[in-house]
Amino acid sequence: MNKTLPDHLGHFGIYGGRYVPETLFAALEDLDRAYRLIRKEKKFQEELKYYLTHYAGRPTPVYEAKNLTEHFGRARIFLKREDLCHTGAHKINNAIAQGLLAKRLGKKRIVAETGAGQHGVASATIASVLRLQCVVYMGAEDIERQSLNVYKMKLLGAEVRPVNSGSKTLKDATNEAIRDWVTNVETTHYLIGSVVGPHPYPVMVRNFQSVIGIEARQYFQKSLKHLPDYLLACVGGGSNAIGFFHPFLKDRKVQMVGVEASGEGIHTLHHAAAMTMGSPGILHGMKSYLLQDKNGQVQLAHSISAGLDYPSVGPEHSHLKDTGRVRYETATDKEALEGFRMLTEMEGIMPALEPSHAIGFLPRLMPKTQKGQRVLICLSGRGDKDIETIRKHFL
Amino acid sequence: MKNRLLQKIRDVQKEKGKLFCAFITLGYPDLKSTEQLILEFEKLGVDIIELGIPFSDPLADGPTIQFSSEFALRQGVSLLDAFHLVSNLRLRGCKIPILCFSYLNPIYHFGIKAFPQKARQSGFDGLIIPDLPPEEEKNLQKECRRHEISQVFLVAPTTRPERASQIARSSSGFVYYVSLRGVTGARQVSASNLSREFNKVQKVIKQPLLIGFGISSPEQGRALSRLAQGVIVGSAIIDAIRSSNHQIAPAILFVEKMLRAVKERTRAVSSRN
Repeated sequence: MNKTLPDHLGHFGIYGGRYVPETLFAALEDLDRAYRLIRKEKKFQEELKYYLTHYAGRPTPVYEAKNLTEHFGRARIFLKREDLCHTGAHKINNAIAQGLLAKRLGKKRIVAETGAGQHGVASATIASVLRLQCVVYMGAEDIERQSLNVYKMKLLGAEVRPVNSGSKTLKDATNEAIRDWVTNVETTHYLIGSVVGPHPYPVMVRNFQSVIGIEARQYFQKSLKHLPDYLLACVGGGSNAIGFFHPFLKDRKVQMVGVEASGEGIHTLHHAAAMTMGSPGILHGMKSYLLQDKNGQVQLAHSISAGLDYPSVGPEHSHLKDTGRVRYETATDKEALEGFRMLTEMEGIMPALEPSHAIGFLPRLMPKTQKGQRVLICLSGRGDKDIETIRKHFL
Repeated sequence: MKNRLLQKIRDVQKEKGKLFCAFITLGYPDLKSTEQLILEFEKLGVDIIELGIPFSDPLADGPTIQFSSEFALRQGVSLLDAFHLVSNLRLRGCKIPILCFSYLNPIYHFGIKAFPQKARQSGFDGLIIPDLPPEEEKNLQKECRRHEISQVFLVAPTTRPERASQIARSSSGFVYYVSLRGVTGARQVSASNLSREFNKVQKVIKQPLLIGFGISSPEQGRALSRLAQGVIVGSAIIDAIRSSNHQIAPAILFVEKMLRAVKERTRAVSSRN
């Protein structure tokens, strides 16, 4: 399955596609063509590999969390350490690749949207090393929540433009980045940070992030002579999860669980569980599960983690949900905080609040596992950026 | 009943006239004003109304229409109000062609099958969806044809000629030509900057082309309507309401001026010939 997905217009089943203003259509076609050409080019692959290895610090290790394993007394728990990447999260994998692609397209300027600021920092970083001009759109509310990352982006030479429209968060920053792109499409590459948006972004970003799953799969095959029984990852837009899952999709015995953020609870108005509580809709150039009201207006998402605070999700996840290949569950703000505490206290690793949702789901997953099985979690980023939020909850 | 849009375009073309299309946001500043604006515009001789359905994430729109959309949404305005308002207008004898201008999601949510039928029943004549290229949602096109709703597609300066003619084949009534790279909003778009790209597209399209995005002054309206078969004005109308503390009278005055400029008979040779 999935080897032919998406189709040439970017459809994953009924999801995906290209729902954009006509002005952008030519740019998307150019991007798609350039990407398909470039990915077969040895020179591009070598350049990308060089940056991933010597700049971002890949491959990232797989670490066996023995204390956590002992705590639950069931399957062995492993962590894929994306938190050890340069800039502190998996976001750099995609930023490097798209930065190189932008250069090849002859674009001198990149725009990016950011929620938690991780993708903004990754974009600003890559813009600095590749000598590109960089503008990052960020919701005014997120700018306040993530002041450390805002400062970092500025140090790196990026311009951070606050977005005051709508809910002043990631969704609105994305609208504004698209508006910028529509206006400056000839000089500018839009560096989307997740597996969302119009085709070819979802498939392109997935392929750039697949390095996570490819490395993890190789490690398990070579060193442990056995694939994991469970993969566990958090899902906002879903780039770490799809990059992690995708290389295992054909391994029928590997069960996969994506964890959405249920904020204050799925039965409140304050959550970001697009697949669990939403219905198919169109936002940001794609069809996917979407949180919306009875009139088809997009509803605000809420999560303690700005990176999961998004009302939709990558279209391939929606498809994987409908086919049942991946199971999607949720974890609340409280469960995520508990996940953060567990990993910090037991393993000396401070996870970002996004993957803390995956860790926070362990108390519900582990009792169903057996001794001798293996659970692999994608630890997509480190927690430094969230210390202020966490300080408010733990004294 | 006949499709009023197609009829209107035939009539105006027969007289070799120009088409003037006015965009307003449903429920800005309130539903009553929307109704009044449409009736007044019809009296003035506006040819087509584009009724904008407010959406939470209008990514093709600039600050002005973002503002009017947010304003209307705060009052709880929805697609259902549009059906209600248009059918009321029709009952009162209003005959101006009305197009529904909406982002795809509210329509998708209402139902791809259900929408065209309901729109037709309410008295709409057409549909424009700025975030829907003709490649997607073919079923909607089928249903629109079935219920005689003219689905109008957009062509941009970045659209390549082969694609432009494909888009035109899917488009019913006219083709909406986006005048510039960027979002909606009053700006300095000029006929001289536009004409090269526009003429390339004009050559491959049989239907009338109406130019929209960035038209804010009668001079622009006059120049652009000579280039094309007509113009679409939106943000400048909303701006006139917004800058007068939500009074609609200045907007009506403004449209009257624009209309005069666009409809002015001149001996200038139409670029069509």
